Amino acid sequence: MERRGLELGVGFFLLVGLACLAYLSFNLGNVQLWGQPYYEVYANFSTVGTLRVRAPVTIAGVEVGKVKDLQLVNDQARVTLQVQKNVKLAEDVIASIKTSGIIGETYVSISPGASDEYIKPGGRIRETQPPLDIENLIGKFVFGNMEKPESQ
Amino acid sequence: MLRFVQFVGSRALDNVEGLGRMGVFFAHLLRGIFRAPGKFRPVLKQIQFIGTRSFFVIGFTALSTGMVLGLQGHYTLAKFGSESLLGAAVALSLIRELGPVLTGLMVTGRAGSAMCAEIGIMRIDEQIDALECMAIDPHAYLTSPKLIAALIAFPLLTAYCNVVGIFGGYLVGVGLFGLNPGVYMNSVETSVEWSDVHMGIVKSCCFAVLMIWICTYKGYFTGVDEGNFGPEQVSNSTTRAVVLSSIAILLCDYIVTSIMT
Repeated sequence: MERRGLELGVGFFLLVGLACLAYLSFNLGNVQLWGQPYYEVYANFSTVGTLRVRAPVTIAGVEVGKVKDLQLVNDQARVTLQVQKNVKLAEDVIASIKTSGIIGETYVSISPGASDEYIKPGGRIRETQPPLDIENLIGKFVFGNMEKPESQ
Repeated sequence: MLRFVQFVGSRALDNVEGLGRMGVFFAHLLRGIFRAPGKFRPVLKQIQFIGTRSFFVIGFTALSTGMVLGLQGHYTLAKFGSESLLGAAVALSLIRELGPVLTGLMVTGRAGSAMCAEIGIMRIDEQIDALECMAIDPHAYLTSPKLIAALIAFPLLTAYCNVVGIFGGYLVGVGLFGLNPGVYMNSVETSVEWSDVHMGIVKSCCFAVLMIWICTYKGYFTGVDEGNFGPEQVSNSTTRAVVLSSIAILLCDYIVTSIMT
């Protein structure tokens, strides 16, 4: 009987502990153990602003993936996006980097295209829009006169 | 004057000797893992002792810490109008920092002191010498199962502590301040990364090794320094074991954090 209590106690502890650990790593830590239901596409931007790895990728405001990697290729920023397998991207989608609110987090927004051709895994999104440079805009607004075309 | 110099020298030598003995003790502790007698049942017993019986204490600590973090975090974040980040603040500080440290300290107080006293009493009763006489490795029999059990129990207890703490923050944030439940959980989920969870696990494993090492060492060598084996020595070594383990855990916490970030 004493042995049974010991085994019950240990088993209970191990199960609850493992459940908590699993919740932390799979649900919060986004660890993928079996199969990746994602495919990757990349896009070149002239600048990515404050975009960071793991920023969300959205279509029509719905999150469909994550930014996987940021690299400098030929003086351009190559952004690798991880998109869910069940979301197909048409050839002519436009990827733009946006900010939620004025000082909110940066994310990649993809606006749907109309083409019948789909981008294959590992393919490239051709149309891109760099983020709005708010500092630059404010600068233009405040020191507007200095950048008027006639000075050229 | 000469006496003073001699005093300093002898203290330094004692300390170096103690460090060396700790190192050798650790080597024996590791060697004991691979030696007879079998470990399965002792390890189970120790998991029961370290893990299952700490459930209530850890849960209570985690719940109150989570709720306090919720209160304090809300107070601070409300000044910037970003209450929606409450979940992130609670979850990150728990998973990266407070979960492993609080678990380590609580388990040291609960189980570490008991281990030290148990082994210390075996030492003053000459039971350890008896084990050696019977050609049973006292490390393999007494200390190594504790190390294995702690390495299993600590990460699990830490995970449990984190989850309960996040739930405590949820109680305060949603129940008391009327935050949107979805906003809280979403901010938890988006802010926590695998690297944070990983760091918490590494920390808890480090604390497990430290706690077992120091507590069993202090117990094992109870009274050896004084050359006097009495009940007073057990109480001394238990006190020292708990204080030293707690300090080591806090120091190690800083070191691990600075290495891993």
